[in-house]
Amino acid sequence: MSNNTDSIDIDYLAYLARLELSDAEKEKFKNQIGNILGHFKELQEINTDGIEALAHPFPSYNVWAEDEIQQGFTPEEALMNAPEKKDNELVVPQVVE
Amino acid sequence: MDKTASDIIFKSCGELEKLLDSKQISSVELLNIFIKRAKETDDRVGAFLTFYEKEALADAEASDKRRAKGEKLSALDGIPVSIKDIISEKGKQLTCASRILKDYVSPYNGTVIEKLKSAGAVLWGRLNMDEFAMGSSTETSAFKKTYNPWNLAKTPGGSSGGSAASVAAGQTPLSLGTDTGGSIRQPASHCGITGLKPTYGLVSRYGLAAFASSLDQIGPFGRSVRDCAVLLKAIAGHDFRDSTSYKVNIPDYAKDLDALPASKTFKIGIPKEYFAEGLSQEIREAVEKAIQFYKKKGCVIQTISLEKVSLAVPTYYIIAPAEASSNLARYDGIRYTHRSKKATNAIDVFAKSRSEGFGDEVKRRIILGTYVLNSGYYDAFYLKAQRVRSLIRAEFMKAFESVDVILTPTVPNVAFNVGEKSSDPLAMYLEDLYTISVNLAGLPGMSLPCGFTKDKLPIGMQLIGKPYEESALLQCAHFFEREHDFHRQHPTL
Repeated sequence: MSNNTDSIDIDYLAYLARLELSDAEKEKFKNQIGNILGHFKELQEINTDGIEALAHPFPSYNVWAEDEIQQGFTPEEALMNAPEKKDNELVVPQVVE
Repeated sequence: MDKTASDIIFKSCGELEKLLDSKQISSVELLNIFIKRAKETDDRVGAFLTFYEKEALADAEASDKRRAKGEKLSALDGIPVSIKDIISEKGKQLTCASRILKDYVSPYNGTVIEKLKSAGAVLWGRLNMDEFAMGSSTETSAFKKTYNPWNLAKTPGGSSGGSAASVAAGQTPLSLGTDTGGSIRQPASHCGITGLKPTYGLVSRYGLAAFASSLDQIGPFGRSVRDCAVLLKAIAGHDFRDSTSYKVNIPDYAKDLDALPASKTFKIGIPKEYFAEGLSQEIREAVEKAIQFYKKKGCVIQTISLEKVSLAVPTYYIIAPAEASSNLARYDGIRYTHRSKKATNAIDVFAKSRSEGFGDEVKRRIILGTYVLNSGYYDAFYLKAQRVRSLIRAEFMKAFESVDVILTPTVPNVAFNVGEKSSDPLAMYLEDLYTISVNLAGLPGMSLPCGFTKDKLPIGMQLIGKPYEESALLQCAHFFEREHDFHRQHPTL
């Protein structure tokens, strides 16, 4: 089973996924994912010319909602699991300098 | 009637309904029996993350009052049902077995919960699972392991391991699980009970914490085919809040079963690729015996070919992690999850919170999903997998032109030891070989018990049906079950 880890830029992927990984974790995941992807090489050999991609097994088209006001959350309900809140607002770390 | 607990805890929900209707037992008494059983056995089984005793007893009392007034709501009125900790119940935890949601309390009920409450079901516990439904053994739960009631050294399967184990152990008569790649059917098989994954879109996903949105479905676990039919009827149906939910008439599945004529037979397809090497000999023998039963009773048995099954694992393990990497982006440390105390700026708060909150399997799948969706690799992996998915579904639909139901083993191997596969992700993924393609094709599938190994481990067989034809699927399963008693066996704990 080939282990093609060359194409796996683990630092970049971790950044995209907003995950912070230790060096040991980076090495481990890189190898495991390389192993998994190597196993999937047979997929490349399948002829899929002219075959449409299937995103959903039974697609529904044009699913509309009526333009009617529906019951929503109160601010208290919406914030009930907030790590930090003040005056019905979510408190977050500083974003803008 | 014998009201001893040991007699009650392994009864089907139909039998429990009769006891309640004939006033031989009250819903409160019934619930207390199951609570006691759970408390006595869960130190060893580990199925539950938490109970909600007080609320549940209040619901049971309300059910008894309704019954006394002749106002029974449904077949499920007063029947205890436990819920996989991935479906939103207002005021209750929703951890998804993850540290990132360990303190989360749901502000709303998912649609299936609303429906069960309207039916009068008594919802009383939150069940253990693999973290974010990613796994086949319930070992990736951040909080505890669940053990197979038939052999406590073994896993119950996963990701709905708690849901399956609790029914198998007689802790609850019914439970809800979810199935994205086999997570209802595989644990049902390992735990010797019945579990069903509905056609994609039959059951609303509103309130289900999403793992892979084009594959996830909520489904029932029960002690019999009929139990699953009753629970499925209660939760199925179009929901405007889930835009992937399908507008289709929901028959009374249990009534269809009760009315199944003795003379009705089925055309059953047996895909030869599911009986190739890699399948355990004991499973092969049990399933082949079941096929002989169907044949003897007048069913037409037809060998079919589903050769794309070899592509199911790579196709799934590209599509599901890709969708998961998108769905799990919402667990960001900002609005409702664990937030790292070590974060000092915006990027940090995401990365640190997520890294502290997610376990290894979740991280691995997010990274894998991010990789295959990455520009440069998108065409080669994700788009390719979606095209192969088309081919897989087309192959099933072609087979259904000549058969009503497809019969396969549920899993290639019986329940494995805790720790045996947890360090080899690929070996774990291959456990899903027979179940995965059913999710890719969006078809209904179920597992029912059809034998035991010489070590008394349960063996299940899988039945796969045509889209939205759960009635025929359940009937075909019932046809087998009514002349066997594998489903009446239970472990000694």
